[in-house]
Amino acid sequence: MSDIASRVKAIIVDKLGVDENEVVTEASFTNDLGADSLDTVELIMEFEKEFDIQIPDDQAENISTVGQAVSYIEEAKK
Amino acid sequence: MELKRVVVTGLGALTPIGNNISEYWEALKSGKSGAAPITYFDTSLFKTKFACEIKNFNATDHFDRKEVRRLDRFAQYALVASDEAILDSGVDLDVVDKYRIGVIWGAGIGGLETFQNEVIDFAKGDGTPRFNPFFIPKMIADIAPGNISIKHGFMGPNYATVSACASSANAMIDALNYIRLGYSDIMVTGGSEAAVTQAGMGGFNSMHALSTRNDDPQKASRPFDANRDGFVLGEGGGALILEEYEHAKARGAKIYAEVIGGGMSSDAYHMTAPHPEGKGVIAVMKNCLENSGLKPEDVDTINTHGTSTPLGDVAELKAIKNVFGDHAKNININSTKSMTGHLLGAAGAVEAIASILAMQHNLVPPTINHETADENIDPELNLTLNKPQERKIKVAMSNTFGFGGHNACVAFKSMDE
Repeated sequence: MSDIASRVKAIIVDKLGVDENEVVTEASFTNDLGADSLDTVELIMEFEKEFDIQIPDDQAENISTVGQAVSYIEEAKK
Repeated sequence: MELKRVVVTGLGALTPIGNNISEYWEALKSGKSGAAPITYFDTSLFKTKFACEIKNFNATDHFDRKEVRRLDRFAQYALVASDEAILDSGVDLDVVDKYRIGVIWGAGIGGLETFQNEVIDFAKGDGTPRFNPFFIPKMIADIAPGNISIKHGFMGPNYATVSACASSANAMIDALNYIRLGYSDIMVTGGSEAAVTQAGMGGFNSMHALSTRNDDPQKASRPFDANRDGFVLGEGGGALILEEYEHAKARGAKIYAEVIGGGMSSDAYHMTAPHPEGKGVIAVMKNCLENSGLKPEDVDTINTHGTSTPLGDVAELKAIKNVFGDHAKNININSTKSMTGHLLGAAGAVEAIASILAMQHNLVPPTINHETADENIDPELNLTLNKPQERKIKVAMSNTFGFGGHNACVAFKSMDE
């Protein structure tokens, strides 16, 4: 797993209180990991802080799975 | 329309001297102080370095990790205390009509620690408002009753009362009145507070409201003593299940006491200072007697607001003498804040619970730490000093007053005939 992916995973485990092995690439924050709208906003903010990036609201709307988050951040950090 | 009778069928408490009702009562009757040096943060720059914190409380014993992050401590205390009370009431949540159960909860401040920490984080940044999405919903005082209803599915009236240190007394009175008027069969009520934070301690310190007896914290809360020097900040929660009498009887519920009335008034005088003649306090006790259908001679005990401040304690006792006349000296007057410290918005609830437990056991908990008589206090008054006193209690009253001049008083009556 890439460094980015493992850091994303760690944030999700911490914020959503889920088990590490549930945080798979295709897992949806809301449908699979029990996040509500507030959790989702918090996750995006944590990603911004952890990776020192800005994720505009219109793009944050498209990040709803673990894999989408990792790809977005990898792209942003290029 | 005839008002319905209301009884107490469940109790829950998370206090600095006991983490449930039985521990709380044991501590109350043995005269235990909950004060100790503050463990939550470094107090080296603070004038007051002690408080009555909750002991041995691990949020993760009660909530999963995600819930802990979503709940300020004041809301955690609310859920823990109300869970105990609901369980104690024996209400079968699978059969009861949840549209007929409401929650009215008092919190004087709400999520002060959440507010403080979010603002500290903001101030550390470059001015970009990166507030956590849980900031507002964790902080607001009404999230405590909101969370209680979410947890149990209670769909009746639901809101928070905010009247500083009278908050949970106002909550109990509102809950009482909704049942009296037939809006609900059961109300979960009480209050919680978690203000032992830098902002809380610093804020109250700068008002000169807190005791600074740092060399002897356990002796600091000393209501009515000549050398009292301010209140000791406490935290925690207290919960009561109020229930319509016939509803309680029909399900064979254990009944602790009847809630016979509540009084409310305002000092209309000063933001924080008590009225020197206790005008609003006189009014609130008179209102309570009238609302409860009581004569002054009926009252056996008064758990006072008695915070251990120089002005407040004297004004309250003067008011008691004014309202009760010659009978004042027959009343067991006490202040359980001598042991618990001042739980702010939770005070009304935990002190009402103390009054109800006293009635159950016919034993009045003491006002501890009294050493020197105050010459401004009538020595004929029985302040239940230092030792509990046996007393057959038929009627108990509990006073609470809040900054802003809010006064509330609740009366309970024994079910024993």
